[in-house]
Amino acid sequence: VKLTGKQRKILRRILIAAGLLAVILLLPVRGWLRAVLYLLPFLCVGHPVLKKAGTNILHGQVFDENLLMTLAALGAFCIGEYAEAAVIMLFYQIGELFESVAVDRSRRSISALMDIRPDYANLLREGQWVETDPEEIRPGEVILIKPGEKIPLDGTVLRGSSSLNTTALTGESLPRDVEPGDSVISGCINLNGTLQVTVTRAYTDSTVAKILELVENSSQNKARTEKFITRFAAWYTPMVVAAALLVAVIPPLFAGGWRTWIHRALNFLVISCPCALVISVPLSYFGGIGGASRHGILIKGANHLEALASAGIAAFDKTGTLTRGSFTVTDVRPIGMDSRELLQLAASAESCSDHPIALSLKAACPLPLTAADDLQDIAGFGISARVNGREIHVGSEKLMERLGLHCPPIESTGNVVHVAADRTYAGSIIVSDTIKPEAPAALAALNRLGVKKTVMLTGDRPEAAREMAALTGIAQVHAQLLPGEKVERVTSLLREKSPGSSLLFIGDGINDAPVLACADVGIAMGSLGSDAAIEAADVVIMDDSLEKLPLAIRIARSTRIIVRENILFSLAVKAAIMVLSALGMVGIWAAVFADVGVSVIAILNAIRTMRIH
Amino acid sequence: MKKSFKLQDLDCANCAAKMENGIRKIPGVTYAAVSFLAQKLTIEADDGQFDDIVRQAAAVIKKVDSDCQIILN
Repeated sequence: VKLTGKQRKILRRILIAAGLLAVILLLPVRGWLRAVLYLLPFLCVGHPVLKKAGTNILHGQVFDENLLMTLAALGAFCIGEYAEAAVIMLFYQIGELFESVAVDRSRRSISALMDIRPDYANLLREGQWVETDPEEIRPGEVILIKPGEKIPLDGTVLRGSSSLNTTALTGESLPRDVEPGDSVISGCINLNGTLQVTVTRAYTDSTVAKILELVENSSQNKARTEKFITRFAAWYTPMVVAAALLVAVIPPLFAGGWRTWIHRALNFLVISCPCALVISVPLSYFGGIGGASRHGILIKGANHLEALASAGIAAFDKTGTLTRGSFTVTDVRPIGMDSRELLQLAASAESCSDHPIALSLKAACPLPLTAADDLQDIAGFGISARVNGREIHVGSEKLMERLGLHCPPIESTGNVVHVAADRTYAGSIIVSDTIKPEAPAALAALNRLGVKKTVMLTGDRPEAAREMAALTGIAQVHAQLLPGEKVERVTSLLREKSPGSSLLFIGDGINDAPVLACADVGIAMGSLGSDAAIEAADVVIMDDSLEKLPLAIRIARSTRIIVRENILFSLAVKAAIMVLSALGMVGIWAAVFADVGVSVIAILNAIRTMRIH
Repeated sequence: MKKSFKLQDLDCANCAAKMENGIRKIPGVTYAAVSFLAQKLTIEADDGQFDDIVRQAAAVIKKVDSDCQIILN
């Protein structure tokens, strides 16, 4: 453990005071000399507390921790418990030291999770590579990234190829390959090749800066529980101090024994700081948010983490969220030739087009494409071209009808591409958007987590939507919605949901901004590098994987449990010690434990939120 | 205008909450947050009075915890 300067100073004082105390306990001195001797360790370890109590009382901070400890210690001194006075200060300082070390360590390990900030960039300047502060680099300049280095700025690969480790951003362990023309994102680690990259965005607009800002600001969006704790803390201390007064004054009025009752009341002052709660509750949320970010889940605040934990309804966008959002050939039905030949003819005819369907044909073609000429675009119907000396038509059923050909009926929810060769029907190719492979498992996991209602909201045709819903296990489908109608649907779902549960909307963030904003928790998926999504959503899932959704809910739930554990544990221990102190069954040791011991335990429990998976 | 400042030696979470409440009460402040974990103060206030408000916030911080320093730059 590395201590800061201030912590080392406190540790030194503690050791000296403990040594002095041990010696004095053994000395056979009595009376006033003993009191004077005990002042030595008391002042040695306690003088910063006394000083702070003094300045704070001048500032009108009556219920300050330092002041209350001072009162407790001075009270002990006045009733002749000299050793106890020194021990209160000693233990208080030991506890504070532990607390400060524990908080420091948690803070550091949480920031280490988000260690994506680049330290330098190799900038090309007058033919030389110069190590430069990333913040000084302008878009358009060229930087060099060696193997093992962090990509400092967003850009496009100019030269070189490599694999990138995107774990820090997405939680994804598979590396991503890049080559010239591909865009790269700051915060990834370059694994093997040397890359030259043209910078496209200044540091302040870069992905890394956006993410860091988002995570750092997340502590500003406080959870309801956090706000409650702050309010609670404000009246907890005065209440405990009032209780101390009552214990000190009321019983002796009737039964006498002032010394005993004042002694018991001092315990109350020692436990009057709500520190355990005030530190551990925000720390739990901070840890949960930090831990989620390690999995590529960015949560914009503890309030959103809290809402995630009570997820009851999940509404999904279809294209790009449940599906990959890109077309692939799912079926080939040739007539009079084999399927490879059919694909080759169709793909060659479409070779000059960059329509998504044409691209999917080219991607699926197992044979090399052959040159096509006489290309003719028959707008709205398809195209015709000459391939291998044959006249090829590729297009819709209407195109075939125009050629006087009859198409066999095809039952499919995908897009059907018909092909004719030399004006003879040659078969059909079915191109569909495919479901993400992890979607059914992710939805089943959501269901197990108690998200009982799943809804699909899509602008697509009802048949396609229903097929996807059946494949993924989504119960309710609303198809052919305009963007405005999606908002209406979400609003009516918000009215239907049971009180206390929250509605999640999961979209790809591209044109879902109004819907993301109106749901209880708007979750944008696959948003690596997309500013609009990071802006609009409450939770951003950096990669494309739906598996992160149940994970995010699990993290939120565990965080909620840990927060509740800490609140219950701290209050229960404090209440128990107060009762036992009033009965005279426990001494100052127990009170000190109830103050700082409980804080340290709650802090250690809180940082468990960082490691949920 | 919204701006964040680093806080040095903010070592009590309860104090952070007191500072936040105090700063929110300064006239002209539309938003204020003191994060104990990030050791950071964020203030949103009117542009014209901003510097003056930051000075008042520094005074509030001093008042709650005399060791705590606001780093202005």
